Amino acid sequence: MKHFFLASLIAGAMALPALAADYTIIAPAGPGGGWDQTARSIQTVLQDEKISGSVQVVNVPGAGGTIGLAQFASQNSGNPNALIVGGYVMVGAILTNQSPVSLKDVTPIARLTGEYEAIVVPAASPIQNMEDLIKALKADPGAVSWAGGSAGGTDHITAGLIAKAAGVDPTKINYVAYAGGGEALAAILGNQVTAGISGYGEFEAQVKAGTLRLIAISSAERVEGIDAPTIKEGGLDVVVQNWRMIAAAPGLSAEQVTAINADIEKMVNSEGWKTILKTKGWQNTYLAGDAFKAQLDEDVAATESILKDIGLVK
Amino acid sequence: MGTFEFLLQGILIAAQPMNLLYALIGVTLGTAVGVLPGIGPALTVALLLPVTYKLDPAGSLIMFAGIYYGGMYGGSTTSILLNTPGESASVVTALEGNKMARAGRGGPALATAAIGSFVAGLIATLGLAFIAPFVVKFALSFGPREYFALMVLAFVTVSAAFGDSTLRGLTALFVGLGLAIIGIDQQTGQARLSFGIPDLLDGIEVTTLAVAMFAIGETLFVACQGDRIPDKVEAVKGSVWMSAQDWARSWKPWLRGTFIGFPIGAMPAGGADIASFLSYSTEKQFSRHKEEFGKGAIEGVAGPEAANNASAAGTLVPLLSLGLPTTATAAIMLAGFQQYGLQPGPLLFATNPQLVWGLIASLLIANFMLLVLNLPLIGLWVKLLTIPKPWLYAGILLFATLGTIGANPSVFELGMLLVFGLLGFAMRIFGYPIAPVVVGLILGPMAEQQLRRALAISQGDVTTLFMSPIAAVLFALAFLAVAVPLVLRARGKGEVLSQFAANED
Repeated sequence: MKHFFLASLIAGAMALPALAADYTIIAPAGPGGGWDQTARSIQTVLQDEKISGSVQVVNVPGAGGTIGLAQFASQNSGNPNALIVGGYVMVGAILTNQSPVSLKDVTPIARLTGEYEAIVVPAASPIQNMEDLIKALKADPGAVSWAGGSAGGTDHITAGLIAKAAGVDPTKINYVAYAGGGEALAAILGNQVTAGISGYGEFEAQVKAGTLRLIAISSAERVEGIDAPTIKEGGLDVVVQNWRMIAAAPGLSAEQVTAINADIEKMVNSEGWKTILKTKGWQNTYLAGDAFKAQLDEDVAATESILKDIGLVK
Repeated sequence: MGTFEFLLQGILIAAQPMNLLYALIGVTLGTAVGVLPGIGPALTVALLLPVTYKLDPAGSLIMFAGIYYGGMYGGSTTSILLNTPGESASVVTALEGNKMARAGRGGPALATAAIGSFVAGLIATLGLAFIAPFVVKFALSFGPREYFALMVLAFVTVSAAFGDSTLRGLTALFVGLGLAIIGIDQQTGQARLSFGIPDLLDGIEVTTLAVAMFAIGETLFVACQGDRIPDKVEAVKGSVWMSAQDWARSWKPWLRGTFIGFPIGAMPAGGADIASFLSYSTEKQFSRHKEEFGKGAIEGVAGPEAANNASAAGTLVPLLSLGLPTTATAAIMLAGFQQYGLQPGPLLFATNPQLVWGLIASLLIANFMLLVLNLPLIGLWVKLLTIPKPWLYAGILLFATLGTIGANPSVFELGMLLVFGLLGFAMRIFGYPIAPVVVGLILGPMAEQQLRRALAISQGDVTTLFMSPIAAVLFALAFLAVAVPLVLRARGKGEVLSQFAANED
């Protein structure tokens, strides 16, 4: 009996200091996906650079991040230790899901990175390049199944834009949603779907190992270090950049927001962060403060029109 | 250097006295935190990982391995002794394990869980070392339709956990399936049955439901019976240790559990819970003591516990060989590995052999330490049952609440804990089994999403479900699991079945 209480006390003592971490970052997606990787990279750098003593990452997956966002906004009001990773996917998901909680309900801190969308096929696929994929899509849009992240996210939007640019009805695309990039990757590797679409970072290791074939990247021009043509070169005028940001809880004082901003700025300027951007192939698109807020409003408006265009939002 | 040399070298390093101490500390911490209901392995590893950062790479890898296996094992102790599963994979352990504990056989139940976990951990870790590339190929051949077939098989066979009345069992299952619908639908992004409450967009947390139904419901049930039942259960009847018969009845379930758990753990959408369900129903099929199931059959503890631990090692297969974290625990581990300079991925075994084999050796040592720590503690753990009821159940309530807050600090979550506790209480009063509710909540969404993905890929063609050999075999097994007992019962009213069992070896 004594031992039981002793064990519980030790457990409690262990748990309490960890729960009182300097920052808890919500990754509103399943393990292995882009937001998860972003959150864990931030965790590593904040700890390594001694900006924060202890950082925890909590995964709250599903529905383009709106589940995590809703939980974050409702549970952390006024909590200066809570952060959430988010991005372009969330902007779309809030619209398609008619989410009661939007980015207006959190305190955006800064845009951190941007990543281009990569289109891959399994190594054994007969599809060799973007032209082949477009041909298949034109022949029968339903027969081309795309694996990617949540419904209405960047991956889904990009697939829709490709279809639209190819002259195919974007509402006819056969898009299969997975909880995160990790699960989608397994489906592509297992030859379950025709093509995969997600951030380049999620496919990079497999592309280098030769198990996936990278057929196009959604940048305006070729990216250094990535051996693939752009979607534009494949004949379609589609450019998508999936940016990622970090936001804080609602209801913070101006001093608290300034303190978080300072920590994030310190992180972005650190060597550790630069190294991670390089190894993950992310572009540094750091933008903070009012400039970021203005950019965010613009993006929300633009995304709404794209989603209506391709029939994802009525 | 070949595989064996690397492994031997890793074990030599891991077996140094200082590293053994780290392993022991890791296992102790992992078990202590894992014991709290509601705190599963993922949270345990997340909470304790920072502790390892201060050590040198070898030491931290070893301590980490200890925490991982300790956290996986910790949940089974409370399942068996207090009928409070700490995580979804321990739900079935509570079914038989707690019955055994009440009959004074808590010692053998804990022992078979500990030794089963060791055996499974040993075999599965060796499997990770030597056959990971083949297992990963098999695991990736599972697409939506194969997963759906696996879920159907699980649904059909898990009816073994339904207790005596199939109708009541099915009712409970559908309660679980109903709860499973709540939340945002993944394929369309539409909210279902959330009634505009943001907390419900997330769906219902499995651990909250499991802890509420088992722990809170049980506490209320005991409390309302007042003094009518004896104050104490007999803590120990017979030996605290496993008897020769216990060994004879345990070793086959350990092995079967391992072979079920390892490949399912390696599947990107598999998981320890499905492995433990399938192992439980397998043991019920194979057991020569079917009548004991539901009343404390040792096979029902040995198999699922082995499956649970084997699947923990299985999770490392896609993580190390593909860099693909398939569970929350694995994702946290990925962050940990990167701290040690280990970059999981397809090229890992080629570029970083020392670290990989160091990790595998650490897992073997940690697994051994788990046994060293837990076997002597069994005598102490079972004394827990001699605590007077009011204290014991007050303690259970405290830890159930603490665990829920620890996992998800929200008032709404606590409210759900209470509501589901009342539901569990009501179901107990009216004689409905509660495990199927939890099973429904776990399997329902998986089955639904996989079926819809399969049909989306085939553009609505239902025959696709039976066109893959793996799916066809799984469906056939599911069909046999329903049909064979029916036919046999009709022909010989159970005689044939018992004869089958007698001829088993």
